[in-house]
Amino acid sequence: MDDLYREVIIERYKNPAYRGELDPHDISFEDENPLCGDHIRIDLRVDEKEIITEAAFSGHGCAISQASADLLLEFVIGKSLEAVKKIRKEDLLDLLGIELGPVRLKCALLPLKIIKAGVYGLGESSDEILERED
Amino acid sequence: MSALPVRFLDGVKSDFPILSREVRPGIPLTYLDSAATSQKPNSVIDIMDHYYRWMNANIHRGVHTLAEEATSAYESARQRIADFIGATSHEEVIFTRNTTESINLVANTWGRQNLRAGDLVILSEMEHHSNLVPWQMLAVELGLRLEFIEVTPQGELDLESYRRLLAQEPKLVSFMHMSNVLGTINPVEHMVKLAEDVGAITLIDGAQSVPHLPVNLQKIKPDFLAFSAHKMLGPTGIGILWGRKELLASMPPFLGGGDMIKKVHLRSFTPNDLPHKFEAGTPSIAEAVGFGAAIDFLNSIGMEVIAEHEKEIIGYALDRLNLVKGINVFGPQADRKGGVASFTVDGIHPHDVAQILDTDGIAVRAGHHCAMPLHEKFNIPATTRASFYLYNTKEDVDRLILGLEKVIRYFN
Repeated sequence: MDDLYREVIIERYKNPAYRGELDPHDISFEDENPLCGDHIRIDLRVDEKEIITEAAFSGHGCAISQASADLLLEFVIGKSLEAVKKIRKEDLLDLLGIELGPVRLKCALLPLKIIKAGVYGLGESSDEILERED
Repeated sequence: MSALPVRFLDGVKSDFPILSREVRPGIPLTYLDSAATSQKPNSVIDIMDHYYRWMNANIHRGVHTLAEEATSAYESARQRIADFIGATSHEEVIFTRNTTESINLVANTWGRQNLRAGDLVILSEMEHHSNLVPWQMLAVELGLRLEFIEVTPQGELDLESYRRLLAQEPKLVSFMHMSNVLGTINPVEHMVKLAEDVGAITLIDGAQSVPHLPVNLQKIKPDFLAFSAHKMLGPTGIGILWGRKELLASMPPFLGGGDMIKKVHLRSFTPNDLPHKFEAGTPSIAEAVGFGAAIDFLNSIGMEVIAEHEKEIIGYALDRLNLVKGINVFGPQADRKGGVASFTVDGIHPHDVAQILDTDGIAVRAGHHCAMPLHEKFNIPATTRASFYLYNTKEDVDRLILGLEKVIRYFN
């Protein structure tokens, strides 16, 4: 248990730094994991150089998905949209610092799917988008 | 309630080899997910092994010894299943893949033959997706009206709303006997009678009830009953559709192929007699044999004893759960439900609950349990579910409570 629910995960889940909504926003995308009902929306504001200046997430879900969203947003603030496109699954899992089985992996990667779908301006997110870096 | 059944079932765990495994070194398994699938006793595992090692052959057509032995093993299982549910004839017992396929069979044969645009089909808000989606698919295609018996805040079917819907002359009423989320035992006998009074055909989803309660067709008197072997100590991949003989006889076949025919010409065929008419292709023979052994096992204990045992376990579980601060259990009180407890833990997502319980070897389920509309009704995205069977004990409940206290401590 200590491996999966590291202190940082519980702490981020209980006291997230980036929970909320941005209105207005430049980019907003939401999606859910139909298996468990985790639902997350991510809002972004960018400056004229397409650098992310503000980010927030809302919705509900398990500790893994919520902590993952919070850590991801902290990671992307100050980065360009182009840089977000290049974030790999492994980068997010490194931030989380945990080993996950196939079921919980979907929880952890949901925020990345959402932010990438938003940044690419897609109608819907998909698992394939996690591999896209163009 | 007497304590006798629990004592009687004390040793039963040792018949289930998987229940003595450790999930991880030093961590024994506490299996509380029988509503998803039950574990299998030695007798079921052994007979399937024996079947493949000793008598494996295709059934019905062969005249050699193996084929005859396999055929009688398959058909003997059918007869024992028929007796188990109080069917008057083995011809009314159709082997399918599972409850889901049984319901789809009715939708696609009886449904297509008898339902027309504008016809009303009554379901309920507590249904499993398997008793919603086949009717939704058919409704889109044929233009049917679907209406739903409401669920009360206590988690029971609102019989007033049922009566109101019955007044609109439904063609079919299809609902579950026992809820896989709330554990609610619906008053099927009464509800079937009311449907019959307005001339509606009735289908009972018995996936949760047939494994856990005495279910007798002569008492309930539905037109169709669907259930699965794997939830009642048998293997996966085999289930039953029971139907009244006149209805089954009047229905067109479901899948076409071998075994479901009497004669085949290049451009036409004559369907086989019941029950083979609905069993196209080589069926799950070893699974049917295993299913028969599962029935024997349940009979050796008795469904009354099993139901009483589970009543005692769920009563104890609800008493203990209700004492834990932050836990909210859904569904009726213990005397009105089977061995299922779905609950939320304040501030902790069900997946986290289930995952942390797993570190102590406790297997529960987290999610919407294939009943998303029911969770929407209660305005919760997901629940954690502990479900019990004849092999569970009060010690299993104690382990669950200890585990949950640990979960709550961890998050606070």
